[in-house]
Amino acid sequence: MSDLDVMTPIVIPEDDSAQGEARLSRINDATGELHPLLRVQNLRVSFRSDKTTWVQTVKGVSFDIPYNTTVALVGESGSGKSVSSLAVMGLLPEQTSRIDAASVLEFEGKDLLAMSMHERRMMCGKDIAMIFQEPMTSLNPVFTVGTQIGEVLRIHMNMNAKQARERTLELLKEVGIPSPETKIDAYPSQMSGGQQQRVMIAMAIACEPKLLIADEPTTALDVTIQKQIVDLIEALRVKRRMSVLFITHDLALVGEIADQVVVMRHGVIREDGFADQVLHYPQDAYTQALLRCRPSLDSRPMRLPVISDFLNADGTAKPHDETQGIIRPPERTRGLTGDEKIILDVRNLSKSFYLRDGFFSKKEFKAVQDVSFKLAKGKTLGIVGESGSGKSTLGLTLMRLHQATAGQALFEGQDILAMSNQEFMAYKRRIQIIFQNPYASLNPRFTVGQILLEPMQLHGIGRNDERRTELAMQLLERVGLPTAAFYRYPHEFSGGQRQRIAIARCLTLQPEILICDESVSALDVSVQAQVLNLLQDLQDEFGLSYLFISHDLSVVKYIADQVLVMNHGVMVELANSDELYRHPQHPYTQKLLSAIPKGVH
Amino acid sequence: MSTLSTTPASLAHTASVRSHSLWALAWRRLRADRVAMLSLAVVVAFLIMLLLSATGVIAKHWNDDVGVNYAPPTLIGPDTEDDVAASQAAAAKDTTPIDYYGVTDPLAADMTAIHTELAKSSVEKTRVRQTTLPFGADKWGRDIIQKTIKGSETSITVGLVAALLSVILGTLLGAVSGYFGGWIDDALNWFYSIFTSIPYLLLILAVAAVLQQKGILSIVLILSLTGWTGTYRLIRAEYMKHKAREYVLAADAIGASHMRKMFVHIFPNVSHVALVQMSLMVVNFIKSEVILSFLGFGVPIGVVSWGSMLNEAKNELILGHWWQMMAASVAMAVLVTAFSLFTDALRDALDPKLKS
Repeated sequence: MSDLDVMTPIVIPEDDSAQGEARLSRINDATGELHPLLRVQNLRVSFRSDKTTWVQTVKGVSFDIPYNTTVALVGESGSGKSVSSLAVMGLLPEQTSRIDAASVLEFEGKDLLAMSMHERRMMCGKDIAMIFQEPMTSLNPVFTVGTQIGEVLRIHMNMNAKQARERTLELLKEVGIPSPETKIDAYPSQMSGGQQQRVMIAMAIACEPKLLIADEPTTALDVTIQKQIVDLIEALRVKRRMSVLFITHDLALVGEIADQVVVMRHGVIREDGFADQVLHYPQDAYTQALLRCRPSLDSRPMRLPVISDFLNADGTAKPHDETQGIIRPPERTRGLTGDEKIILDVRNLSKSFYLRDGFFSKKEFKAVQDVSFKLAKGKTLGIVGESGSGKSTLGLTLMRLHQATAGQALFEGQDILAMSNQEFMAYKRRIQIIFQNPYASLNPRFTVGQILLEPMQLHGIGRNDERRTELAMQLLERVGLPTAAFYRYPHEFSGGQRQRIAIARCLTLQPEILICDESVSALDVSVQAQVLNLLQDLQDEFGLSYLFISHDLSVVKYIADQVLVMNHGVMVELANSDELYRHPQHPYTQKLLSAIPKGVH
Repeated sequence: MSTLSTTPASLAHTASVRSHSLWALAWRRLRADRVAMLSLAVVVAFLIMLLLSATGVIAKHWNDDVGVNYAPPTLIGPDTEDDVAASQAAAAKDTTPIDYYGVTDPLAADMTAIHTELAKSSVEKTRVRQTTLPFGADKWGRDIIQKTIKGSETSITVGLVAALLSVILGTLLGAVSGYFGGWIDDALNWFYSIFTSIPYLLLILAVAAVLQQKGILSIVLILSLTGWTGTYRLIRAEYMKHKAREYVLAADAIGASHMRKMFVHIFPNVSHVALVQMSLMVVNFIKSEVILSFLGFGVPIGVVSWGSMLNEAKNELILGHWWQMMAASVAMAVLVTAFSLFTDALRDALDPKLKS
């Protein structure tokens, strides 16, 4: 990778043909050498774990970002991709981190690490700009967006208030904010997530940076918005002749935007090269595994491949003949025939929230309107929709964590929504929920043992605590955790392991229906595959029925027999999953499906 | 796995579950923390001192005038001659005969008897009264060290018990208010607003007037009944934040009751707020006891406390007698510092996420 700057042939962005030359490297005035826009050489970053020990999280990473190019840095959490980008921006915490003395960070041939703090700061925002994952938390909620963009212009471009405002308007127009004249005085909370991210982008490009670092800019956004933002970034890059360092975990997205790809794992670069080559002819076993373990729209294997199918524990590739069977696994068929036993029959379910509007009046917000479906025993019903579609409210209302406004949910002929709390207690055992965020859904002050024993104690399962402990141990083994986990606290586990603990907690009650509310959305791709495999195994073994709520259409396609599409609280389409993905009837479904990144396929 | 063969194993498991409980782990983490152990030792030493003094093992004779008035600490040495001469002159003035204009004093014989009797004992006493004491003496010649030890009884009891009570009260109300919300929250908030709108001293006077008796118990009640407001507000905010967290929803989903969610699930996660409040409150209440004593709602005259010592020190400082104030302040500062360091360390130790 170190010789990328002299690599030929060069990928020429289409738009540049008018210019006639796309110089990916430039000649340094002082030394006369060719240099790329950004050179990262042997970058090593350590973090302080306690008073004396330092842990290296980035272990000698080298890559170049040429001029006018999008480079994607791909990896799962803990791969060091964000840390590398923060090192470039000079945003690492001073007290608890350090960059190895042998590391080289050069921007346009200038040594970034030799600069003073003040010089670095003047460069940040002006030459190198960054956009972050969460636009909601990256914007200051008490200032209007106009003020916040204007601040950048006043600091770096020495504009006065009037000039800054004019320029801000232009920028807002450029990033595609509707009616920028009124939106310039809006507060971040008055905008949608997509608009907020556009504002962040406007702020980042305000000073015409040469390098834009985008750290997971679309991860928090809906799939249709994601497409718009990615298109916007690409359009701006071409128009402004800047380079983009695009950090993401999503390989499919990389295929849509990147010219070059760097795949990282555990602080080391596993593979790098041109996007087409890395995505279609991956050389490294880890890249291959990453590409395989993400459910795709056109196949549905019996079991999703996981990283450990391709890699040994030490990170080396497994021999070729072992992985052959995994690459072409048998396919699973899904869908309902119509004679399945129905376990849950939801009729005209509605849920409204009331907001206080003025002194006496209330405003009704209909989160779920008139939704009806039937869940077949031992099958999975996928519920998809974008944020605000009411899919999570639907799940929580069925669990009675929200009070339903109208409608029925018949479980063995009994309406569980009309029961008293005491009557419902008996049904709580049989209908359980797994939440999205495995970090938030386990009480941090409980050991795993306490977490697993509590539901059994509450429902009187098992004769005594000894018997319950035994059951809990068996369940831990069933979900693939060591029994030693019993004595640990949740924070000692990774996200995937925590989600397994949450699944084990549900299983202690031996439920018949499991509501999975975005249960794999917060997990890394490889962990996601493991948890999906586990859920599938449990369904095969215990005949569980799943309500699988997700915004991720590929995951739903993989796991669900039937799919229900929701938009703004209304049911848009309900069909067998193969049917729905092949022939979407409703325009909204068609729009959703077309927005899925298809970079890899 | 047969039941028989697994029983001993599972027994062993249960045993180790118990030994791995939150408190056992917290204790292990505390023990590794040197500052925590030191501050704990100081707090425990104060408590032992309190117990010994309450049972009369030490500082039983704190009320005896063992030194001369305002006897300075030994390190400084006895007072200058002028003062001694002045006090002798004052003593001599007392014996100046009074002119009775020829009338015989009917009580003269009795008085002489009393005087000789008194002289006997006072001779004994003046012989014992020392010119210096290890940490000086107060206005009546009482040993400051003994007085401070005796004073700790009132102050620590008032500080700790009142702080504990007010934190419990604030936590309970805050938990109910934040967790249930709705009209319960509204009602409690109204109560809180009314409560805080009354000037603090007036409130204290009102509670004192209702209780109608002096003593440690009423000070504790006055302070805890008026001091819960801050804790209430903080705990309420924490509960509002936590009740929507997924782990509480998950507890709801498995069928945990309201009480269980409030105190078994949420409370350990917000306990740090209560602990920090508690350590702040102990300091405040020891000081408040001074104000109460000053207003006449504090401890009765015959009882000593650090607060009343500081109250006396006000006038002594002008005369240059700093030792009483010094003793009370040092004792208070050491206890309060040790106590806050300890609660801080306890907070960290109770949080399993922080590594020791």
